[in-house]
Amino acid sequence: MSLAQVRPSSPRRARRTIWDVLRPHEPIPRGTYLAILAGSGLGMVAAWCALTYGGVVAPLFLPSPTTTIRSGITLVADGTLLQNAEASLSVIVTGWALAVVAGVPIGILMGSFKAVEALIEPVIDFVRYLPVSALIPLLILYIGIGTAEKVAVIFIGTFFQLVLLVADVAAHVPREQIDVSYTLGASRAQVIRRVLLPATLPGVMDTLRITMGWAWTYLVVAELVSADRGLGFMILDSMRGFFVDRIFVGLATIGGLGLGFDLAFKWLHRRLLPWSPKA
Amino acid sequence: MAAAKLSLREITVVFRARRAPEVVAIDRLSLDVADREIVSIVGPSGCGKSTLLRLVAGLVRPSAGEILLDGRVVTDPGAERGMVFQSYTLFPWLTVQGNVEFGPRIRGMPEEHCREVAARYIQMVGLTGFERAYPKELSGGMMQRVAIARALANDPEVLLMDEPFGALDAQTRAFMQELLLDIWQKTPKTILFVTHDIDEALFLGSRVYVMTARPGRLRAEVSVALPRPRTLEITTSEEFVAIKRRVLAMIREEAGKALGMETAPAVP
Ligand SMILES: Nc1ncnc2c1ncn2[C@@H]1O[C@H](COP(=O)(O)OP(=O)(O)OP(=O)(O)O)[C@@H](O)[C@H]1O
Ligand SMILES: [Mg+2]
Repeated sequence: MSLAQVRPSSPRRARRTIWDVLRPHEPIPRGTYLAILAGSGLGMVAAWCALTYGGVVAPLFLPSPTTTIRSGITLVADGTLLQNAEASLSVIVTGWALAVVAGVPIGILMGSFKAVEALIEPVIDFVRYLPVSALIPLLILYIGIGTAEKVAVIFIGTFFQLVLLVADVAAHVPREQIDVSYTLGASRAQVIRRVLLPATLPGVMDTLRITMGWAWTYLVVAELVSADRGLGFMILDSMRGFFVDRIFVGLATIGGLGLGFDLAFKWLHRRLLPWSPKA
Repeated sequence: MAAAKLSLREITVVFRARRAPEVVAIDRLSLDVADREIVSIVGPSGCGKSTLLRLVAGLVRPSAGEILLDGRVVTDPGAERGMVFQSYTLFPWLTVQGNVEFGPRIRGMPEEHCREVAARYIQMVGLTGFERAYPKELSGGMMQRVAIARALANDPEVLLMDEPFGALDAQTRAFMQELLLDIWQKTPKTILFVTHDIDEALFLGSRVYVMTARPGRLRAEVSVALPRPRTLEITTSEEFVAIKRRVLAMIREEAGKALGMETAPAVP
């Protein structure tokens, strides 16, 4: 080796530049992360303030933070918000839970057994391309415009996607984990119960979280079409009276509840599956 | 040789994939392994070594030929043929302890027995203190040691090892090689050991099979008549070095073929 090739070892400098923060997949210090997070949130609020208090956008289209908060307090105080939120929540949780109870086992069977896949894949692939919104008229015709119809919309909206997502999770259980259990003496039933099922848990948890997010979309669609209560109904009703501030309260509630569910799922994932690579 | 513990007769394995040419992974391969013998298998990458072990494990069916264990045809996997895989195969939802006692547990051994066996093998591979750790908290080498402990804890008659020490650093690797021989001296098992490392193959095996480039056939069988119990010192002995030189020359030639060269570069 020639002398020119020998470089003095450069100790890692503590000084950071913007480039250190922008390395692909590289973790960044927690403080930096939180600072960016807070900056993003505050930036949004600041933009909102600037647009409304600065008079850039007419209050008819975008209410100011103060109006929105005041309206929110009123809606909570007279019980409107809670009533509607409760109506939406019960529909969403019922429809989603039914889809989960039916869809997860079917998905696992479909992803694990080629025979089951051949049996149900054609049906599911057909139905899942039918937008749920297109089925709403039919559902109203069959079961009316009550709670059952909304539960059915959520069920149909989530069930088919859920089956496919769970099937994909089950199909990706590493082949070698199954092989090794056979060489350890596991029977087929044991492989399913003690290897396949636990191996799918993290993926299933993720699927539950994702489909819960979609359930909100279907709920609001259903409530916009026909409802006399619920957050979607509240938003539509507020639009009729040009109560833009109420619309924003409704949106904030939906966003807040969605975020709450998301965080709850992430927390559950860490608590229930501490071994998962994502925990 | 007395009646073989394990016997492969004219095995051929052809993989057929849709829209791909068929691959003859193993072509009319026969070999015998005596009871409680360690046989090493070396050969160029892709020559069918893993396939050979999976055949014996019962995870792959031969396209032709048969595999006999104690004179009976092998068709399915069984606990008497344990396997350590080339890739990581620990169950991520089980702790180190849970992984190691997986075999005894599913075979319905009493709780106490499972715990005691797990403790013994975890200690053997030097992972005492990590019983409650999950695989994601372990290094690659530690995971592989758990996989070895898991296979051993099931006390199989035949142990199929597919480059089990490939991921380990040189020191741990040497330690594990001696440990394996030590365990084998105490509780002799029939071991088929696949490796890329010729020193390892010769140090562990009573015989070394050299496979040809794909399709895998036996190129040669080299007997390693070194006394046992062996320690790593023998790897510097003259006898060892002489055998190694022969095996190396053969492998180099096969590796050359595998890479599409007609003849290997001259060996000094
Ligand atoms: N399931 C499969 N389907 C199709 N081809 C396969 C399959 N398994 C193995 N093969 C092919 O069989 C040949 C032998 O593979 P094998 O994994 O046994 O090689 P190997 O000797 O273990 O290689 P390495 O040393 O790289 O691990 C390869 O050409 C591979 O592509
Ligand atoms: Mg291999």
